[in-house]
Amino acid sequence: MASIWQYANPAKFMRLSDTLLPWVSLAAALCLVGGLIWGFFFTPDDFRQGSTVKIIYLHVPAALMAINIWFMMLVASLAWFIRRQHISALAAKAAAPIGAVMTVIALLTGAIWGEPMWGTWWVWDPRLTSFLILFLFYLGYIALWEAIENPETASDLTAILCLVGSVFAVLSRYAVNFWNQGLHQGASVMRAGAIAGDTEERVSNVFAAPLFMCIAGFGLLFVALILMRTSTEIRKRRAAALMARERMS
Amino acid sequence: MRALLRRDLTLAFRSGGGFGLGLAFFLIVAILVPFAVGPENALLSKIAAGILWLGALLACLLSLDRIFALDWEDGTLDLLATAPVPLEMVCAAKALAHWLTTGLPLTLAAPVLGILLSLPPEGYVWLIASLLLGTPALSVIGTFGAALTVGIKRGGLLLSLLVLPLYVPTLIFGAEVARRGAEGLTVTTPLALMSGVSLAVIAVLPFVSALVLRVNLR
Amino acid sequence: MMPDLGKYAGTVLSAYGASIILIVGLVWLSVRAAKKSKKALDKLEQNDG
Repeated sequence: MASIWQYANPAKFMRLSDTLLPWVSLAAALCLVGGLIWGFFFTPDDFRQGSTVKIIYLHVPAALMAINIWFMMLVASLAWFIRRQHISALAAKAAAPIGAVMTVIALLTGAIWGEPMWGTWWVWDPRLTSFLILFLFYLGYIALWEAIENPETASDLTAILCLVGSVFAVLSRYAVNFWNQGLHQGASVMRAGAIAGDTEERVSNVFAAPLFMCIAGFGLLFVALILMRTSTEIRKRRAAALMARERMS
Repeated sequence: MRALLRRDLTLAFRSGGGFGLGLAFFLIVAILVPFAVGPENALLSKIAAGILWLGALLACLLSLDRIFALDWEDGTLDLLATAPVPLEMVCAAKALAHWLTTGLPLTLAAPVLGILLSLPPEGYVWLIASLLLGTPALSVIGTFGAALTVGIKRGGLLLSLLVLPLYVPTLIFGAEVARRGAEGLTVTTPLALMSGVSLAVIAVLPFVSALVLRVNLR
Repeated sequence: MMPDLGKYAGTVLSAYGASIILIVGLVWLSVRAAKKSKKALDKLEQNDG
């Protein structure tokens, strides 16, 4: 039986990526455009939130991706440590900017949504604060990749940062939870928490179907982007190697 | 090991920079805050604990890039890596030296600055306790960050970007201890959580820092 | 065709606008980087062989 690790061979990965990419891109575009149009034009307004409920089709998928992309980077970093195949490290590198953008989308749409609903762009709700911290982690990770010249060293150090960062990210999540309860135990946060936290529970079937389509769309978009960006990184690495060889001869 | 610690401490005192600079920075932050937020004692006493924690944290950050930079440049680090002392111990000693020259003086200076910011009298004990238990974590995490950025020219800003998110849990719990102490509430839970973070970090991160240094020295 | 967004029209449209700009920007940058790397590599490989 063929193991999935055979695709860790860069040439095989590139071939697979080249065949898959058009299809995944097509599916991503269909799901995204379909889901967003369905959600934007053909769903009713929420009785309490009015038309702002339409923001959910961007906000929830982006937030899900923001967390899951970091998780994917964690898995890729672990794989890099265990199997030492460059493709894992490169995939993690390629994923980070996508995760950062997703975090920005989640924060931005959340702020825009919060303004009419809570009367403020920003509250120091645990969920919001955690996302801000997650964004800082993405920035630090990307900056470390950019700063180190030796590719092998960069792979190792960013993988270590990703592992340590994951532990601290989880720790921060709990710390932030604790801190906010400690600071304001009151109606405003309870209300904010109820709106920010329990949206999924209140989403009825009318909203759920296009929402799932959008989540699928964001997921497929991520797959398409990661295939493309990892191939880009492989090509860059190969070009650098070729250039080094030319200089040697 | 002891020799390394003594050498680091002597260097820190002689060059003067790291040792005095952190304290001076801490003092300046405490003086500038009233200018920024206004001189009302009621407001100041409310935010004093948080300001002092933040000031101590930023002052800690100032001297982080010195932990390994000099030893990296003159090749001492290569010698240390091949020395009979394990590199993990070297990292722990470096962190300890950093704490003795930064964290400890900051902790001792904090009550004086507390007076400037009209910290309530109940707050002093817990402010000192929280800084005493929290600043070692800052030094150890900072050593990890310094090890990550040691090979990078002008890595100071990057070091801050990497280390500050890692400081979040310690800052939250530590400032919470100091704030609750100042308001006369019980501090057991945040104090226990912060000490837990500090102990875990002290136990684990020197190993990770040593791993990072080995990668950098390869 | 355009649904009635009521008093929240600005809110919803700005959220969609900002998100779409960000996503399109990310895709555009990725595609550009991919094309650039492909071109550079092709050139190098031609020199080589």
